[in-house]
Order: sequence, then structure tokens, then C-alpha cells
Amino acid sequence: MSFQVIVFYSFAAWLIFAALMVISSKNSVKAALFLVLTFASASAIWLLLEAEFLAISLIVVYVGAVMVLLLFVVMMLDVDYAALRQGFVKKLPIAIVIAAAFFAVLYSFITSGEFSAENYAAPAAKAADYSNIKALGRVLYTEYFIAFEIAAVILLVAIVAAISLSFRGRRNRKAQVVSKQLEANKRNRLKILKVDPVESAQPEVAEQEEAKS
Amino acid sequence: MNGSEMISNDVMGIDLWLWAETLFWIVLKIVAILLPVILAVAYTTYAERKFIGYMQLRLGPNRVGPKGWLQPIADTVKLIMKEIIVPRGANKTLFVIAPVLFIGPAFAAWAVVPFDAGMVLADVNAGLLYILAMTSIAVYGVIIAGWASNSKYAFLGAMRSAAQIVSYELAMGFALVGVLMCAQSMNLGEIVMAQAGGISNWFWIPLFPLLVVYWISGVAETNRAPFDMAEGESEIVAGFHVEYGGMAFSLFFLAEYANMILISFLTAIMFFGGWLSPFEGIEWLDNLTAWVPGTIWLLMKAFVFLFGLLWIRATFPRFRYDQVMRLGWKIFIPVTLVWLPVVAIWIKAGVWPFN
Repeated sequence: MSFQVIVFYSFAAWLIFAALMVISSKNSVKAALFLVLTFASASAIWLLLEAEFLAISLIVVYVGAVMVLLLFVVMMLDVDYAALRQGFVKKLPIAIVIAAAFFAVLYSFITSGEFSAENYAAPAAKAADYSNIKALGRVLYTEYFIAFEIAAVILLVAIVAAISLSFRGRRNRKAQVVSKQLEANKRNRLKILKVDPVESAQPEVAEQEEAKS
Repeated sequence: MNGSEMISNDVMGIDLWLWAETLFWIVLKIVAILLPVILAVAYTTYAERKFIGYMQLRLGPNRVGPKGWLQPIADTVKLIMKEIIVPRGANKTLFVIAPVLFIGPAFAAWAVVPFDAGMVLADVNAGLLYILAMTSIAVYGVIIAGWASNSKYAFLGAMRSAAQIVSYELAMGFALVGVLMCAQSMNLGEIVMAQAGGISNWFWIPLFPLLVVYWISGVAETNRAPFDMAEGESEIVAGFHVEYGGMAFSLFFLAEYANMILISFLTAIMFFGGWLSPFEGIEWLDNLTAWVPGTIWLLMKAFVFLFGLLWIRATFPRFRYDQVMRLGWKIFIPVTLVWLPVVAIWIKAGVWPFN
């Protein structure tokens, strides 16, 4: 048993434990946090596969952005957990059957057929200066260029759709105009008057002078 | 005959001695990085109080030790002695884990920071991405602290801070893409080496807009004034760490300052040539300062930016929250999106300084 194998099994055990906790923990915030732990252990396993770019982008994208937003939502919700967990025991046998079927399909998929371990031998370890990011970039922007661009356009469409769904027409109420606020400065807000202290101290004299002129 | 010896040294085919030796050196290196960082954090708090004091025509701390030099130590002792109170209704496990989750990434990010040529704990290829990942994990400490405290103010602070960190991370990531394009590498050491050849070759000239974006996003990411919406004393008491006291609070404090120092180092490394001497190319000055080790140059550059952070805090009033969001989304991201194609054309055209 080499060091890699020990690391793999410990992270795999963590992953399975965390994934189980995601569905079994009573508190939804804790479940979301266990999902974060699941992503982190999956990323560690990818690191073992020398896929450092994928591993770290899993952390940056899923742990750093997606899960944060999910946690936002979960923390704001006030879910009645007791009602949610009703019938858990009753439906457990069906769930186990479905899960076992899934497991059987996946297991047969990776042990025999086109995606089996015999068809995909373990890749040789790369040299120390091998950069996974450069290799990925080269493939993405040449061989899979069209697929990559189509994925980008689909994401853009999703962004536009989300904005148009949440856009509720032009606002008629009073709103702050930020550019106007930022334009405000000393010159257009403040007027400095020169007041003669002697004259303003004697109002009658000033009035008389005004009357004369 | 050698069987028993083999087993004692070689449990399950693992050379235990080799492991122990590797482990020892790694731990030693970690200590060699973290001890100075923690000391620097302690004295950054002192420097901050002193600098801001002088800027506001006060003296700052001057009672403990000569000129107040022992003030950080007195503060630490005080914080250690204090009791950690877990508020009623708080989620105890998460309440305790949150500060650890906040300080862990703040320290872990130092693993890829190069202090001189080859002087780095983990010389990984994806160093830039690693830093981005570590700063994005740090959000969890804030969110969990806010949620687990069972307090409205803490929760509001956590929400503000999380939204802010997620938004500014985008601008920061785009700014880092510019650095990556110029250096053609994600390894921080290689990024520094790509800037060799004097001040005019440092990335701050071609990437000036990105430098500004990165620097300000860094201030926002560390939740420092004028972007300290998460704390906002006048509105939400002290934000996400309002329920924390003693060492639990000081972990948040420590992590914030460690992040500040990290941002200063990263700015120096990515835009100002890291450990390289500013006099490269000017022969007589270069010869005169050849004895100065690279680490000193890096420390000097980082100090300038750290001072900038303190100066900003003393100078600017706090932003309004909608203005913070506007700056991040409507100004910084467009600026970076425009500048990246410009840099791409600049590099492909091969004109100065990319020839």
C-alpha cells in the first residue's frame, strides 16, 4: 500500500461519510456544509489524479461561489424539518431499492463495457513541469472550440433569461441616481460668501447704505 | 533473516523513516513561515494604531513598554485570559468551528507565496488558482459565524460580507487573468521571473487598470475600511463576530490582518516584481545593492502596500452598501473585461514591453 492509496481511501471515506450526512443530517444548514465537505474531498481525489486545475476550480466555483449562494438561501428559509422527514421510514425500502439499482448500473458500467478499467489503463505519472492548465487550454480552444463556445453561449442565455425574469419593468418611483450623487462636490454644493464682519455687525448701517443706493 | 527488520522499518511497504523525515521538514518550513506571519500580524495591529494615531494627531498606544512596543503582547495576554461565551440558542459546534475555518485558509494561502527564488513551501503550478481558492473558502468562516451566533446583527453582517466577497472575487479573478496572460504561468515564482529586468518590466505598467482593480478588490475582500460593511459599527454593532469574545474573536482578528499582509505580498509579487531588485538594469546601482537579499526587497514592497491599507483606513469614510456593490459589478468587472482584450492584443502585437 503506497502513500497515494492511503490518501485516496481516507478521502474517499470522508467523501462517502459527508455525502451520507448531506441526506441524513437534521439541520439543512449542516447538510449544505456537509455538501461543501463532499466537494472538498472530491477535489482532493482529483488532485491525486494530477488534475490540479479541475480540483482547484471545483473549490473556486462550487465551494467558493455556488455553495455560498445556496447557503444564503438555506439560511433564510424557515423549513419545518419534522414535516419534511415524515414518512422517512416508510419510504426507506423503495429508496434503498432505487439506490441499489443505481449502484448496480454504475458498477457494471465501470467494470465491463466501453468505460471499464481494462479499456482505460491508469495514466502514467506526468513530469514535474507538466502543466495541466496549458494542456487543457490548448485542447479547449482548438479541438473542442465549438463545444466550448456553445456552452458559453448557453450560459449567457441563462444569464439573460434570469435577468429578464426578475426585471419588473421601468421604475416610476423615486430612486437615487448614483452618478448624480457622485458628481456632488464642493464646487456645486457650497457657496462661499465674503461677509464683511464689521458691516454685518451693524445691521442698521447696512440698511441705510442700501436705502441710499 | 532480514524479514523482521524489514517489517519493523517497512510497515505495509511504507518507509516510515522517510515519511518522518519529510514530515519533519515540511512542519519546520510551515513553522518558519507562520511564526513570522503571526508576529507580523501582532505588530501590524500596533503599527495600525500608531500610524492612524499620528495621522489623527494623537500618539497611539504608548503606555506598555518603551513607546508602546509591548502593546500587542499585552493585548494577546488579555485576549487569552478572557472567557469564551457561547450565546444561548447558538449552534455550538459551528460556533466553535467558524473562527478556525476563517483562519485556516488565511494561513494556508501562504504555502505558495515565494519569498525568494526557490524559497517557497509548495511550488505548485496552479499557485494563482490556489490563492483564489483559499480566499474564496474564507467566506465560510464568516457565514457560519454569522449564522451560528443566533444573532440578528451577526447574521446581517455575515450576509453583507458574503455577498461582498463573492462579488469582488470575480473582479479579482479577472485581474489575475491579466497577470496570467502576461506571465504565461500560474506559478507565482515564474510570475516573478517573468518580470525580470528592472522597474519598466514589472507588470504594473501594462496591467495598471488591473492593478488598481486588484488592489481595491483586495481591500474589499479583507473586509477592511472603507469596505468594512460586514462590521459597520454604527449599523450592525460589529457584524459577524459580534458574539465572539476572547481567543475566538482574536482568531478573526488575526485572520483579517494575515489576509491584509497576504494581499500586500501578492500585489508586490504579481505587479511589482516580487523579490526582484528595482535597480536591475541600472548597473552601478545594481552593483551597489547586490548584497541586499531578495526577501528584503519583497518585504519593502509589501510594506508599502500594507501602509497603503492602513492609510486608506485612516482617510476614507465607509461606503454605502449599494455603492460597494455598484463599484464591484458595474465598474470593476467592465474595466477588467475591457482591459483583458487590450492586453491580449498588446501581447500578440509584440510591442514594448512584450517584445
